[in-house]
Amino acid sequence: MTMPDKKGHFGIYGGKFAPETLMPALEELEKAYLAAKKDKAFQGELDYYFKEFIGRPTPLYFAKRLTDHLGGAKIYLKREDLCHTGAHKINNSLAQVLLAKRMGKTRVVAETGAGQHGVATATAAAMFGLDCEVYMGTDDVARQSLNVFRMKLLGTIVRPVDSGSKTLKDAINEAMRDWITNVANTHYVLGTVYGPHPFPMMVRDFQSVIGREAKNQVMKLEGRLPDCLVACVGGGSNAMGLFHEFIDDPSVKMYGIEAGGLGIERGKHAARFAGGSLGVLQGCKTFVLQDDEGQIEMTHSVSAGLDYAAVGPEHALYHDTGRIEYTYAIDEEAMEAFDLLSRLEGIIPALESAHAVAYCLKLAPTLDMDKVIICNLSGRGDKDVMQVAKIKGVEL
Amino acid sequence: MSRIKNTFNRLKKKNETALIPYIMAGDPDIATTKQFIVAMEKAGCDIIELGAPFSDPLADGPTIQKAALRSLQHHTSIKDVLGLVAEVRKVSKIPLIIMTYYNLIFHYGEDRFVNDAAAAGLDGIILPDLPPEEAGALIALAKKAGLDTIFLLAPTSTDDRIKAVSKVSQGFIYYVSLTGVTGSHLGLQQAAIKDSLSRIKAQTDKPISVGFGIATADQAAQVAGSGADGVIVGSALVKVIEENSGSPDLVAKAAAFVKALKQGVLTAAR
Repeated sequence: MTMPDKKGHFGIYGGKFAPETLMPALEELEKAYLAAKKDKAFQGELDYYFKEFIGRPTPLYFAKRLTDHLGGAKIYLKREDLCHTGAHKINNSLAQVLLAKRMGKTRVVAETGAGQHGVATATAAAMFGLDCEVYMGTDDVARQSLNVFRMKLLGTIVRPVDSGSKTLKDAINEAMRDWITNVANTHYVLGTVYGPHPFPMMVRDFQSVIGREAKNQVMKLEGRLPDCLVACVGGGSNAMGLFHEFIDDPSVKMYGIEAGGLGIERGKHAARFAGGSLGVLQGCKTFVLQDDEGQIEMTHSVSAGLDYAAVGPEHALYHDTGRIEYTYAIDEEAMEAFDLLSRLEGIIPALESAHAVAYCLKLAPTLDMDKVIICNLSGRGDKDVMQVAKIKGVEL
Repeated sequence: MSRIKNTFNRLKKKNETALIPYIMAGDPDIATTKQFIVAMEKAGCDIIELGAPFSDPLADGPTIQKAALRSLQHHTSIKDVLGLVAEVRKVSKIPLIIMTYYNLIFHYGEDRFVNDAAAAGLDGIILPDLPPEEAGALIALAKKAGLDTIFLLAPTSTDDRIKAVSKVSQGFIYYVSLTGVTGSHLGLQQAAIKDSLSRIKAQTDKPISVGFGIATADQAAQVAGSGADGVIVGSALVKVIEENSGSPDLVAKAAAFVKALKQGVLTAAR
């Protein structure tokens, strides 16, 4: 069964809920993407940049000290934090910018939450010589000032967005408005498996390099498939990137970890499967955090990259079928995991990825020592150091 | 025949273009919105679009975003806007259209919405984030209830899309005059609008109303002169309401603006 169907539906989810101005652009994008997918020259170029520019394949690293500490299943870390620019985001950004260039676009826009997708897109745009503007909620600008400056260094214009919840959701609204206005010469590099078709499919495909590599690597290291995969889920691109290659391997359990924020109370978290319901937001039908009238609710997470009111439509489908199990880690658990991984493994994870690590801390001790977990370490924590210091009350 | 169709037929006989003002329901409050409707009808407008506020209006510019926020501060809901329509129906027969985003209708329940809307006396619905591809169920339900589902075309629409959208759009076709969000100040491209309208008219004889970025009586006249069957003015009117909010002349000022727009439309050479 190939997902999505021709209209971009994943079961009852997904679709193409976009203003008319964008509909032709989405059709054009889908056509261009499907053509590029079949084009050996494009794929060859992509492989080249993945290897030489991003530094792929990223290691599948056995976290021995963490494994020993927990006394259960073996934990491997898929080191997306070692990608150039510090997170898996560059896989998608680079591929989309390359596609945009092929389509004759001269300018790209992007939204960003934690700043990782913004930095990745700014980087790819600089490398391929396209103009770039990135929209970012003012709350996120404040908590991710380092990434804001990185984008500026890369020649990108950063546009703070002061509307709504002042986070990722509002940055997406503003990036969409820009795209509506400048659609003739501009491509919108959407950063996750979200939005109107073909984005959820295309971003999944570009990120699925993570799972393809991980499968090869674990077969070499362990001679068998892993028992469990764990990844954090904001929009859900790093998780889908790891999981997709294993979807048809029924022995592999998968866990998507959402942001539990301060706990599952209205406006205090971003766990869509715990507190959300069916809705339509920013281009697709999926699980959405909304109130009794269908207004989108405020969200909270210590990690800007998970602080979003909706989840990728393919995740919603696998939630319903039970193929992927979704749970959440609260801010405090993510912070503990952040500290522990730093001290035991010498790896400072992004606060987003720390949510996945937090779940491993619970899961590993419940499993026998011969079991194997792959945890997607989607990004590194350099960008979060200032914020963590602030939370800990440390003045730098 | 729907009230919207009737209105266009009646105006066509007079060779007149419809003026369609847009206001945000609940800005500043529902009671005042009702006064606006009554006053705008007296000022000469032909159809009224009522915005129902949504938290994430991605096709709207800052002016309408802010109006939605003001309205949401007192939690204006779809139910409230339908209640307003029912109230207006006691005193007026002017065609009323709700313009909002799909999630609110989806969440309310499409079936329940079309029934409640028809009972309230609503005439049409415009959902800028719901293209015909995703609207099959709503189109069928609305048709049964006698509610017009109005779809949009844009400068980027291909001939295939013009054909498909024209086929399903009921009441009229909403032509977005520019690639941009509501309230854009990109300057009106009269020649381009004229070309687009003839391109659409080659595919359909349904009325076409033009909106987005039309802010003055002069611009309204230009658009009417380009062959539009209706002229839609939103952000500029919402701005008049924003600027005069709290003033005792609020309703009069909004009505005066609508009157000037209608004068503009009437003077247009068609």
